[in-house]
Amino acid sequence: MVKAEAVHKSFGRLEVLRGIDLEVQPKEVMCMIGPSGSGKSTFLRCINHLEKINAGRLSVDGELVGYKQVGDKLYELPDAEVCRKRSEIGMVFQHFNLFPHMTALDNVIEAPIRVKKESRAVAVERGRTLLDRVGLGDKVDAYPRQLSGGQQQRVAIARALAMEPKLMLFDEPTSALDPELVGDVLDAMRDLAQDGMTMMVVTHEMGFAREVGDSLVFMDGGVIVEAGKPRDVLSNPQQERTRAFLSKVL
Amino acid sequence: MLVLLLVVQVVYTILVEAGLQRNIISHYLFQRLILRGIVVTLELTVLAMIIGVALGIILAVMRISPNPVVSTVSWFYIWFFRGTPVLVQIFFWFNLNLVLPHITLGIAGTPFFWRGPGTNSLITPFLAAVLGLGLNEAAYMAEIVRAGIISVEQGQSEAAQALGMPRLLVMRRIVLPQAMRVIIPPTGNETISMLKTTSLAFVAAVPELFTRGEQISSANFDVVELIVVVSAWYLFMTSLLTVGQFYLERYFARGAQRELPATPIQRFRRMLFTFHAQPSTPTELVPPARVVPGSEHR
Repeated sequence: MVKAEAVHKSFGRLEVLRGIDLEVQPKEVMCMIGPSGSGKSTFLRCINHLEKINAGRLSVDGELVGYKQVGDKLYELPDAEVCRKRSEIGMVFQHFNLFPHMTALDNVIEAPIRVKKESRAVAVERGRTLLDRVGLGDKVDAYPRQLSGGQQQRVAIARALAMEPKLMLFDEPTSALDPELVGDVLDAMRDLAQDGMTMMVVTHEMGFAREVGDSLVFMDGGVIVEAGKPRDVLSNPQQERTRAFLSKVL
Repeated sequence: MLVLLLVVQVVYTILVEAGLQRNIISHYLFQRLILRGIVVTLELTVLAMIIGVALGIILAVMRISPNPVVSTVSWFYIWFFRGTPVLVQIFFWFNLNLVLPHITLGIAGTPFFWRGPGTNSLITPFLAAVLGLGLNEAAYMAEIVRAGIISVEQGQSEAAQALGMPRLLVMRRIVLPQAMRVIIPPTGNETISMLKTTSLAFVAAVPELFTRGEQISSANFDVVELIVVVSAWYLFMTSLLTVGQFYLERYFARGAQRELPATPIQRFRRMLFTFHAQPSTPTELVPPARVVPGSEHR
């Protein structure tokens, strides 16, 4: 589903990604861990072209993201093409980024109506179903500021799912939440994983990674240090840096 | 105390010493030509502000476009129209026919050429004033709107983009509605300012309020009396707009502020209430008026 080959990204002189190679299979749940500044969030943002990569190749579902290849050169795609590709990739942010001037339901149905040109009735019906599924069936008319952080993040998950994406990206979805609210969000994600959604999750929740993840990637300094089955990496890390990191967080 | 004395002196001078003919003032205050001038002034204000706001939004969105040609065009427009006096701009549109007798489209000598009506028949003095005021205003509004757009958190447009929304849709549906809170107050100021600036339409002989006053006083030589009449009307209209702006800002502050500023009526009531609640014994020193309005919602 996702294929990255030697992906490089720098902000000015700072090299954030220094050659990332990885592959995510359909229906796979890949968790990414690592210290802050290791480039995991940046990599996630490159996958839906919120950040442009400087070198390497990145494709989702067999199509390059943000570029097209003519001969052996890559050309940047026009905005409309990038948008079409993005609409197939859902993203959930650390700070939810719900639209504060819209109700929960309006947040969810905005993109299906405006981007996919769905009829309002169809979008509303699916929106209600999705909000119901994340446990917020009674909050359809609430505005984001009337909801707790955990509820907002679940609305954000429903909003991303409303576009019926092939791939879901989660950028530290529980990092901004109070500890007692984390569980509901993780439950919604676990539910999604069981339904066979392909997911990439940047997280600090080692329990979630161990239990739900099919694979685990440890990043540090813009490279992948270690990757494998979550249980293997977490309980028997091969690299010194992985061991040092895990000893601090576990 | 000194200030008060000075004020009394000034008022006395104006009312008694200056020998203003008060009957002339009251006669012209509601005179037909003056009232018609007011209508023209309001028309100019509304039309110029509509052009200013609409074009200002377009220019602001162009200004932050990733396309360098588009953003440079916007930069150039703002640079030019902010850098030349609005009086000169009105004068320019008024005199356009001197250098451009006909409105034309396309390139002369080719089939793609259209010769329109004479400039003077198309750009009337009124239109010249609207264009001068509106196009100038757009440059200022563009900067106000841009400040509003910048004030919206980056995560908002990222979330919208991640849903596959194209740039202009993100702007229209997500960013601009949230930018309004920042855009509205200075736009109110601009409107009040515009109401007064319309008097510059005088140079294009547009029969607005100030021009009317000028025309009457050049016939009867009661110059200062008509200045008083005209000023009184400007003051009255800007006062109305100020009140309107207060309530508009109050409306848009909802949700952003925990507690809304009190309206003048509320403040007046509270003042009266506090007077009545003057305690007789020191134990009642906290009057009920101290209860902050809206606190019952917490």
